[in-house]
Amino acid sequence: MESFTVLKAVAAPFYHADVDTDELIPHRFLRKPLSAGYGNFLFHDKRRGPDEREDPSFVLNMPAYRQAQILISGPNFGCGSTREGAVYALRDFGIRAVIASGFSDIFSSNCAQNGVVCATLPDPVVRNLCEGLESSPGSELTIDLPNQQVVSSDGVTYRFEIDSSRKSRLIDGRDEIDVTLKHRDEIAQFEAAYMKRLPWLFQAGRVT
Amino acid sequence: MPTTMLRKIIDLHTVTRSGDGDLLLYVDYNVVHEGPFYAFDGLAREGRDILRPLQTVAFADHYVPTTGRARGSAGIRDAEARGMVERLQSNAQRTGIVHYGIDHPQQGIMHVVAPELGMTHPGMLIVGSDSHTCTNGAFGALAFGVGASQIKHILATQTLWFKAPRAMRLTVNGELATGVSAKDLILAIIARLGIGGGSGSAIEYAGHAVRALSMEARMTLCNMTIEAGARAGMVAPDEKTYEYLRSTPYAPQGAAWEQAQEFWASLPSDPGAEFHTEIEMDGSKVAPMVTWGTSQDEACGVDETVPDPASFADPGRRARATHALAYMAIEAGTPVSNIAIDRVFIGSCTNARLEDLRAAARVADGHRARIPAIVVPGSRTVKREAEAEGLHEIFLRAGFEWRDSGCSMCTGSNGDLVPRGERCASTSNRNMEGRQGKGSRTHLMSPAMAAAAAIAGRIVDVRPLLRS
Ligand code: SF4
Repeated sequence: MESFTVLKAVAAPFYHADVDTDELIPHRFLRKPLSAGYGNFLFHDKRRGPDEREDPSFVLNMPAYRQAQILISGPNFGCGSTREGAVYALRDFGIRAVIASGFSDIFSSNCAQNGVVCATLPDPVVRNLCEGLESSPGSELTIDLPNQQVVSSDGVTYRFEIDSSRKSRLIDGRDEIDVTLKHRDEIAQFEAAYMKRLPWLFQAGRVT
Repeated sequence: MPTTMLRKIIDLHTVTRSGDGDLLLYVDYNVVHEGPFYAFDGLAREGRDILRPLQTVAFADHYVPTTGRARGSAGIRDAEARGMVERLQSNAQRTGIVHYGIDHPQQGIMHVVAPELGMTHPGMLIVGSDSHTCTNGAFGALAFGVGASQIKHILATQTLWFKAPRAMRLTVNGELATGVSAKDLILAIIARLGIGGGSGSAIEYAGHAVRALSMEARMTLCNMTIEAGARAGMVAPDEKTYEYLRSTPYAPQGAAWEQAQEFWASLPSDPGAEFHTEIEMDGSKVAPMVTWGTSQDEACGVDETVPDPASFADPGRRARATHALAYMAIEAGTPVSNIAIDRVFIGSCTNARLEDLRAAARVADGHRARIPAIVVPGSRTVKREAEAEGLHEIFLRAGFEWRDSGCSMCTGSNGDLVPRGERCASTSNRNMEGRQGKGSRTHLMSPAMAAAAAIAGRIVDVRPLLRS
């Protein structure tokens, strides 16, 4: 996984409450191989009309935001299903960080697995940032993950919240399975004791 | 120290903890559907093995058709959907995980089949590739959904890094009225908490009205906990739990049963255990609920009128409701029980168990549907049991279609879609824009209410029908 430290990039303002994963990627695309380019499916039904033509008024279709690597939104971003395809779509489109006034637990955890930062800022700050970006489309924000700071183009700094373990995983870009496998012996010991304690779970013909 | 059930289950499964305070938890069962093929692909690419194949169970449910099942996967016309079903099968065969495929006599929706086979026991940690894995919490298990990367992690290590959620207890006092079901209760709960209201929490449901629910009704309750943003929902095990489990194929056998039951009885939260949040509700005040918007918290009683978005204090909710009403093509102030419906879907992991079908059949019996209505049992077992009782005949006589089991019109991934612009009374769990098909409009409600809507061609209060 690519490591994330500091990113300075165009930010797209998309202030909405409760953006769900069905919006981020409609279910019908989750049967496609990753090689199909999930970036094309991001916000598909918002970005494109019934005839598949792009809706020029949708933020990511505007020339100023086509290269956006940061998305800003409202509370409870990424609610709904567990589909990791939502994160694949963001990442494949080029989004490396989402700033929002809140995230669904599952979504932010999926993001951390894929090198995408979920930065939580208070709702009024998020609204202000969005207004600023709307008045000068295409301007950049800086996300400094080690210092947990968002810096606006006019130099104002905001401290954001992020879960500490997700933060260190994103900075290291390390593979979580490799980390866990360092605990292999502990897992084996745990399992042996657990089987003794709850032997019926491991009855023959059931789980073994 | 008095301890919550949540904490007891977490402690029981903790292997170790990280410097950041994350817990490495041992997973009893990993349940997957066709969706997380990325996880199997990733393992193969990285050359990793599956540590405990018999603790992963795979279910073909999202992409299976609900008609024309005689030829199994070969009969799936849509090549991509067929590919999803066959890919799960080949991944299962290759890796040795347990597989309930399209032809299996116990095939069905993962959250219906796992509990029905007795795989879910009190105290277990069950993680799945689907957010409604929280259904299993009805047994006093800790159960929740994760994304494909974490499924891959469980496949490789049988463990998961986890941040303990806060414990919330939601006590429902009183009794639910006739015609009011667990579906109405959970819709009322979500309306109260909001779709982000449970964020960061696991909810333990307690109180008289919850204890009075059957196991199937408890599953409906826990199923939609995710729609309030909570990580998991759970109900403490009791005699009903044991009674339900006793006859299931995966139940502990012989002397192990006594041993297991003794352990299960130690799980409920201790008196005096502290919860981060406590909420109380009066169950007797809950009416049959209907969603009018495109979020699960945009719901009200069937005897109410659609609220005016201007009445919401929160600007975010106001904007969301305004947008929702435009999408739904409903005006504020419309009486809910006047909304005309185009079709009905009775199914999904929320409401496609035997009791749900009984409740719908009771309403449909002797009447005739005015609009297309499909009944999709949650599993082939449910279908067989319903047929043994003759429920299918009631539905067929009333003009409802009687289908084969799967997720079907809940999300339409198998092609069972609500056409653009149509309004569907649905017993499923999500009503977002386009959930049942692009441009579809969903009203969530209970099975009895959905059956009543099929007969009336509009949303109606089922309570008078049940009294007559
Ligand atoms: S029935 Fe619906 S919510 Fe349940 S698992 Fe299937 S698609 Fe998901």
